[in-house]
Amino acid sequence: MSQRITVAEALIKCLESEGITTIFGYPGAAICPFYNKLTDSKIKHILVRHEANAGHAASGFARITGKPAVCVATSGPGATNLITAIATAYMDSIPMIAITGQVSTEQIGRDVFQEADITGATEPFVKHSYLIKDAALVPEIIKKAFYIAGSGRPGPVLLDIPYDVQLQEIDFKYPDNVEINSYRPCLEGNKLQIKRVAEAIAEAKKPLICAGGGLFTANARELVQCIAEKANIPVICTMMGISLMPSDHPLFLGMVGMHGCSAANRAISECDLLILLGARVGDRAVTAIKEREDFKVVHIDIDPAEIGKNLPVNIPVVGDLKAVLTQLSEIIRPQENADWIEQCRSCIIKNAHKDGKPRTDGVNPAVFLEELSKLLPGKCVISADVGQNQIWTANNLKLKSGRFITSGGMGTMGYSVPAAIGAKSADPDAEVIAICGDGSFQMQMMELATMVQHRINVKIIIMTNNRLGMVREVQTNNYNNRLVAIFLDGSPDFVKLAAAYGIHGEYVNNNSEAEKALENLIKSDKPYILQVKVDENEKSLL
Amino acid sequence: MKHTISILVENNAGVLARISGLFARRGYNIHSLAVGITDNEKISRITIVAEGSDYTLEQIEKQLNKLIDVIKVRSLPADKLLARELVLVKVCCKPAERSELIDIAEITTAKISDVSPETMTLELSGNQYNIATFEELLRPYKIIEIVRTGTVAMQKGSEGLRI
Repeated sequence: MSQRITVAEALIKCLESEGITTIFGYPGAAICPFYNKLTDSKIKHILVRHEANAGHAASGFARITGKPAVCVATSGPGATNLITAIATAYMDSIPMIAITGQVSTEQIGRDVFQEADITGATEPFVKHSYLIKDAALVPEIIKKAFYIAGSGRPGPVLLDIPYDVQLQEIDFKYPDNVEINSYRPCLEGNKLQIKRVAEAIAEAKKPLICAGGGLFTANARELVQCIAEKANIPVICTMMGISLMPSDHPLFLGMVGMHGCSAANRAISECDLLILLGARVGDRAVTAIKEREDFKVVHIDIDPAEIGKNLPVNIPVVGDLKAVLTQLSEIIRPQENADWIEQCRSCIIKNAHKDGKPRTDGVNPAVFLEELSKLLPGKCVISADVGQNQIWTANNLKLKSGRFITSGGMGTMGYSVPAAIGAKSADPDAEVIAICGDGSFQMQMMELATMVQHRINVKIIIMTNNRLGMVREVQTNNYNNRLVAIFLDGSPDFVKLAAAYGIHGEYVNNNSEAEKALENLIKSDKPYILQVKVDENEKSLL
Repeated sequence: MKHTISILVENNAGVLARISGLFARRGYNIHSLAVGITDNEKISRITIVAEGSDYTLEQIEKQLNKLIDVIKVRSLPADKLLARELVLVKVCCKPAERSELIDIAEITTAKISDVSPETMTLELSGNQYNIATFEELLRPYKIIEIVRTGTVAMQKGSEGLRI
């Protein structure tokens, strides 16, 4: 049975049918018909303080649920403010639906107030986009949008809906299924190729798994551990793959790459078989092996375009990682790789606590993060920002379970707090902590209000060195220490700033103050912030 | 190396922008691009002639396939290529020169599409070599304007690109 309703109402019904319970947004004139109908729905709307953060919050939400999450903005500047969040989600393959209002159909192309060609502007960063001009197609398009965003290699889908279209009446019936001729992601891996992978594992003397973010997407977290254990294969991860394996697992070596740990980087340059799982061989991740020819590469990914893009591959397997790894786990046989594992692990032990000394003026970030790790409950989400804080967290946080999220591909500053807001909204029982620097915090501190208004108990740790620390390091190392535009003088006292929002917090000036402060942070059932002092000369690799 | 790529796409708004945008942002060079609907009006066929190594060609095909509106991509094999473009050339032509140009048209199998007291417009369809020769023959007469379609192409033999 179909019913006669407006497109605005239909949109809400579509979202409800997709199981959407929370959306993040910022209204404006062109999206008002949608908001008007939203009040009649049980869907919770979280008003952010900047549209980009609506996108990042949806991203954080989607990473926890594994399903497309929704952000909403108005036309023109509202839509263009979303672009960075859409691009960030695209680079990290996050399923997201971005809904933007658009000026009325007959005004499109006339440069009217708050008009922007947002489908054009976001074209390079979306998995797909629709400018909806035909109201009758709305239910089908929304169904397609959710299907496209959430299936295959996920990504953001933009729906740009003109004002007049939102007000039109249509016969509404939400389709149960949708088929797109031109879009059929390959899910089942080729059996023969999977057999070849198993054979390669059996032949290899020094096999190595490189686990990437695609494993979270495919919900194949347990399978990696299972395969690694069954065939005794050491595991390294990309930044997007942190927290796939427990940090203290005997087969886990750490994060690879320019900012990774030496155990992981040594393993990747010494292995004779590299098994890339849902990792796109990003330039910061695996530079060291570009020139290597003396090893075999297996690449398993759902996106055929990633296979062979940045690294020649011997055995490509296209398919959903869960399906492929399930098949693989059934045919691989136990292997003896004791010497190789020993060789890999010796490097970890040698490097442990390279500089594990507590500091008296400013904290040693490594020690501080290990302290935090000890206090974390099993169910937690750590959202790291971009910069030195990200590298410190990536390398020193020890997670047994829980989840690490960050803007890996795009490296978008200001991601951690809104993403944490999204993650906490998706899983209110989890302890959710954003870790950022004093630079990145100032790109997102308006969201303190969002946390208070909607009672979202995100905790925030701000590593302060009054510098854009990562850029400072680049200038020190590559520009003869000529320090330009990296000083953050003029920054507020963040504890006082939080107090202005009614949020409690405290200062951590050295490692001896850390434990108590972290306990207070975890204990608090309200938002809480720590302003942590870090020496300006600390390096990202400790 | 030049590659001729045939693409079947959903005939949706913006599809051409998505495809040309993809070539631009990934740094692939387009030599020519031609687009038109097929016997199914919901589906358009695009022919792109692009320059690049085999690696680039593989990437182009894979990235095109990622676009939701793209149904099929095929790189046409050079040895089975049936490729045509159309050219219109308007040249200065005094009445006394007409017979010379009619001769050229006859030799090259071009058509005379328009005549005025001072000009003549010739039309030729052929592969890029035919067209290059044709242009050369017309150069001694002053060329007023010239317009070429991009290449349209299909594979010779019984095989066809359909959905």
